[in-house]
Amino acid sequence: MTAWIGRRLPRAETRRLVAGRGRYVDDQAAARGGGGESHAAFLRSPYPHAEFHFTDLEAARAMPGVDAVLTAEDLVGVCRGWTCPDLVYPGLVSPEQHPLAPGRAAYQGEPVALVLASTRAEAEDAVERIAVEWEGLPACTELASALEPGAASVHPGLASNLGWSTQLGTDLDAVFAAAALVVEAEIGFARVTGVTLEPRGLVARWDPSVGALELRISHQMPHQLQLHLAELLGVDQARVRVICEDVGGGFGLKMHVYQDEMAACAASKLLGRPVRFIADRMESLMADIHAREHIVRGRMAVDAAGRILGFDVDDLQGLGAYSIYPRSSTREALSALHAVGAPYKFGHYRARLRCALQNKVPTGQLRAVGHPIGCAITEALVEAAARARGEAPLAFRRRNLLAGADQPWTSPSGARLFGLSHHACLERLEAMLAGVDAEVAAGRAAGRCLGLGVAALVEFTAPGARSYGASGAPVAAMDSVAATLEMSGEVTVRASVSELGQGIRQGLAQVMADAMGVDAGRVHVTSGDTQAVPHGGGAWASRGAAIGGEAAWRAGVALKAVVLRAAAALLQTVPERLRVEAGRVLDEAGQDRMGLDEIARIVTLRGYELPDGVQPQLSVTAAYRREQDANLPNNGIQACLVEVDRDTGMVRVLRHWVVFDCGRALNPLLVEEQVRGGVVMGLGEALWEACEYDAAGQFVSGTLADYRVPMSAEMPDIAVALVETPYEGSVVGAKGAGEAGACAAPAAALNAVNDALAEDGVVMTALPITPLAVLRALGRV
Amino acid sequence: MDEEATLRIASTVNGRAVRSLVPVRQSLVDWLRDGLGLTGTHVGCAHGACGACHVVLDGRVVRGCLVLAVQADGAVVGTIEHAGASPIGAALQDAFFERAALQCGFCTPGMILQAAELLEADPAPSREAIREALSGNLCRCTGYHAIIDAVETAASRLRA
Repeated sequence: MTAWIGRRLPRAETRRLVAGRGRYVDDQAAARGGGGESHAAFLRSPYPHAEFHFTDLEAARAMPGVDAVLTAEDLVGVCRGWTCPDLVYPGLVSPEQHPLAPGRAAYQGEPVALVLASTRAEAEDAVERIAVEWEGLPACTELASALEPGAASVHPGLASNLGWSTQLGTDLDAVFAAAALVVEAEIGFARVTGVTLEPRGLVARWDPSVGALELRISHQMPHQLQLHLAELLGVDQARVRVICEDVGGGFGLKMHVYQDEMAACAASKLLGRPVRFIADRMESLMADIHAREHIVRGRMAVDAAGRILGFDVDDLQGLGAYSIYPRSSTREALSALHAVGAPYKFGHYRARLRCALQNKVPTGQLRAVGHPIGCAITEALVEAAARARGEAPLAFRRRNLLAGADQPWTSPSGARLFGLSHHACLERLEAMLAGVDAEVAAGRAAGRCLGLGVAALVEFTAPGARSYGASGAPVAAMDSVAATLEMSGEVTVRASVSELGQGIRQGLAQVMADAMGVDAGRVHVTSGDTQAVPHGGGAWASRGAAIGGEAAWRAGVALKAVVLRAAAALLQTVPERLRVEAGRVLDEAGQDRMGLDEIARIVTLRGYELPDGVQPQLSVTAAYRREQDANLPNNGIQACLVEVDRDTGMVRVLRHWVVFDCGRALNPLLVEEQVRGGVVMGLGEALWEACEYDAAGQFVSGTLADYRVPMSAEMPDIAVALVETPYEGSVVGAKGAGEAGACAAPAAALNAVNDALAEDGVVMTALPITPLAVLRALGRV
Repeated sequence: MDEEATLRIASTVNGRAVRSLVPVRQSLVDWLRDGLGLTGTHVGCAHGACGACHVVLDGRVVRGCLVLAVQADGAVVGTIEHAGASPIGAALQDAFFERAALQCGFCTPGMILQAAELLEADPAPSREAIREALSGNLCRCTGYHAIIDAVETAASRLRA
C-alpha cells in the first residue's frame, strides 16, 4: 500500500520555482480588455482613530494617468459592508466594516480612498494629492488598559471596549488551596504578523457584459473567497472565478476578508476594467492581520508527589478594531485556552477570557493559531514547578505527560486526546540531547550564560465542520479531489486543497500513486482555481494531508475500480483477478496484461472494442469529511539551547531539537521542512518580532528594518526526528503537520532564556525577549 | 505635473542586447519585471531589506529595488532566468530542488544568486559562512537549515 506514501521525494513543481518560472499574482502580464488595467493605491488613515472628510479630490483626479479616485460613497451599492456575527460566540461585538472607511477610520492603515491609475507609481503620486481634513479622536491601543474605566472608546457608542468574554471550566479554588505546590506565571505576547514574502495582491477583472468576476489573487482558499465575493458584490456564485496560482506564503494571513481587496474588486465592478492591487511591504505590515496580542496569567497546582492537579488561566486578548471576517478574532484566544495543559494529565481547569477592542488593525488567525500562547503559559508553569521541586524538567514532564494507556481521554478543558506518543517522543528527545547537559555545565563553568529549555506540545489540527459550520462562517471543512486517467497513463488530480509552498500537491501525488498503482511522477496535481477544482476548504488548520489526502485516496481507489472493470471487460475476466502496479494491469499470475494508457485510449478513442453496456468514466470525484473526532491532535516536544550575553542582552539560539508525531508522514522530507520553518517563525516570535505602536497609537514597525524577522545568520541548525502514530480513523492516517513547529518554539526559547538567567534570579515575562528587556531584568539599565 | 521623465538605456540582460526607454525613477527590478517580462526577480519589500529582488549587475549581486533602471545603462545584468547557464547556478538550482530548500519559492531566485556569488568567491564555505552570506535574504518558509544544506551540497558537487 505504501510504495510512495512515506518517501522523501522533492516537490516536482519546484523545478519551475528554482528556475525563476513561478507564476505569482504580480507576474501575470498586464490584463488587457476593458480599456486596460488600472493599478490601485490606497490612501490609508494616518491616525489610529479619526473622523475625516475630503476637501478636494479633483487635484488627485487631474494627475497624470489617473483613471479614478474613489471613496466610500462611490462603492455604496457596489459592495456591501460586513460584520462578523459568530453563532458560537453570542454577543461578540463586531462593528460593520466597509471596503473603504465611511467618514471615520478606526485603525491606522485603514483604507479611506482608492486611486486607480496607469501605473502604481502614478497612483501613489495621486494619493498624495488627495486633500483630507482629519479630526483625530481619542484612541485606545494599549491592551493592558483597554478595558479599564475611562479608556477611550474604540468606536462611538460602545458601553465598553469589551468585545467578548467567557468563562470555561469549573471552580477550583479548593483544589489550589489544598495543593502542595502552586506555581504562577504571567506572559505578555506582542502582536506579530505573518510577513508572507509575497505580499497580498490581486488582479480583478469584472466583465460587465456578462456580470462576472475573474479574480487572480494570492490567497489560501479560493472557494471560500468565491462565496464572500458573491455575497458582498451581489453576484451569483458561479459568476465569480477565483484563481490562485503560485502563492508566496500564507501562514493564515491570506484567508480573511480584507477591506482593500474588496475595494479593488468593487472598483473593477464599478468601472468595468481590470484592477491590479499589489500591497507594498509597508501597507502589508500595517494592514495585514496581526495576531497573538495577549496578556496571560496562569496558575498550576501540583500535589506532593509532583502530579499536576489543575490549571487556572486568565487571558486578556487584543482584538483590534473589528472582529476579522469570517473566522472572528476571538478564535485565537479560544484556541490558546483549549491548548492549555493539553500534553498533560490533570483534573481541574478554569479559564477566563476577555477580548478587548482596540484602535489597531484587526487580529486574525496566524500559523498555529493560539497554540503558541497556550503552550508557552503551560510550559512556563511546568518549568517553574520542576524548578520549585528541585527536579529535572524532563523528569517532571515524564511523570505528567498523558500516557498511552490513558488515551483516549477527554481533558477537563474539553479537549479530546488520543493517538499521542508523548513518552516515545520524550525518550527520543533525551537521546538527541545526550551530552548537552554536560556541555551546558562546562560552558557555565567557563562563565557563559547558557540555558536549555524544553516544551511539549499538542496541536489540534484539521478540524471538522463543527468548528466553523456551526458558527455560520462559510468555511468548508471537507475537501474534494477529482482524478482523471489520461491517455498517456498519467493521472491528473484536481484538488480543493491549496498549495502555499507546504508541498501538499506532492503529498497528494504520492497518495494517489499508492491508491491508483502508478508512479508518483505520473501524477499531476493542480489546485487553486474555483473553475477547475471542486469545492473544499483550501489551506487552513493543517488539513491538507489529513482531509485532502483522504479525499485523494478515495478518488484513487474509485478510479482504479473503474479502470479494473474496463480492463476486466477487455480481458474477459473479472476485476477481482486483476491489479494495478506501476501503471500496468497484472493478472493473478503476475502477468502484465495491459497498460493504463492503453485502457484510456480504448475507452476514449476506440470504444467499439469495449463490450456493449460498458461505459467507463475515467474521471471520478471523491469528497471527504471526517465523521468522527472534532479535530486530530498531534504531539511533539522541542528543546532549545540559548546563550544570553549579559552585557548586551542579546539572546543567541545555539541549537534547537524537535521530535514530532503527525501520524503518517506522507513525505518526511517535506514534513521536516514544515517543522523547521515553523520553529524559526516561533523563534522570531520569542526573540524579535513585534508589531509596535507608540504611546500615541502610531504604528512604528512599518519596515522590515523595524519588524525584525529571523535571518539565516541568527538561526541555528534544527534537528528534527519524526515518530509516527497513524490516525486510526482514516486510511492514510495523516494528522496535521504544517504548524506544530510554531506551537512550541516560543515556549522552548522562553524556558531556555529563563534557565540561563535562573542564577540571576530573573524570569522574563514578555515576548519577544528583547535585549533591552533582558538588560532591564538584569538591572543593567 | 509634467510628463514622466524618461531616459534611453542600452544594456546586456541575460546575454541579450536590450535597448529601452525607462522612467528615470523606475527601479531596476521594476524595469526587469514590467519592461522585459523577467518576472523571476521578485519584489518582497522595495526597501532593501529582504533580498527577493537580487540580480547580478556587472558581476555583483545588487538589490534590484535600490538600483535605478537607468543605472543599468551600459551594464551587464543577469537574473535568475539566466542562472542555470552557469555551472554554479545550475548546481544550486539542482540542490535547492532536491533538498526541498524552498517552499513558497518567492525568495529562491534572490537566494540562489546570492549563494552563487558566495561560491564564486569561496568554493568550500563553512555553514557559518553560508549563513553569513545569505543573511540579507529573507526566507519566511524554510527556517534556512535546508538552504544551508543545499548550498553545501552544491559546493561539494562543484568541487568534485
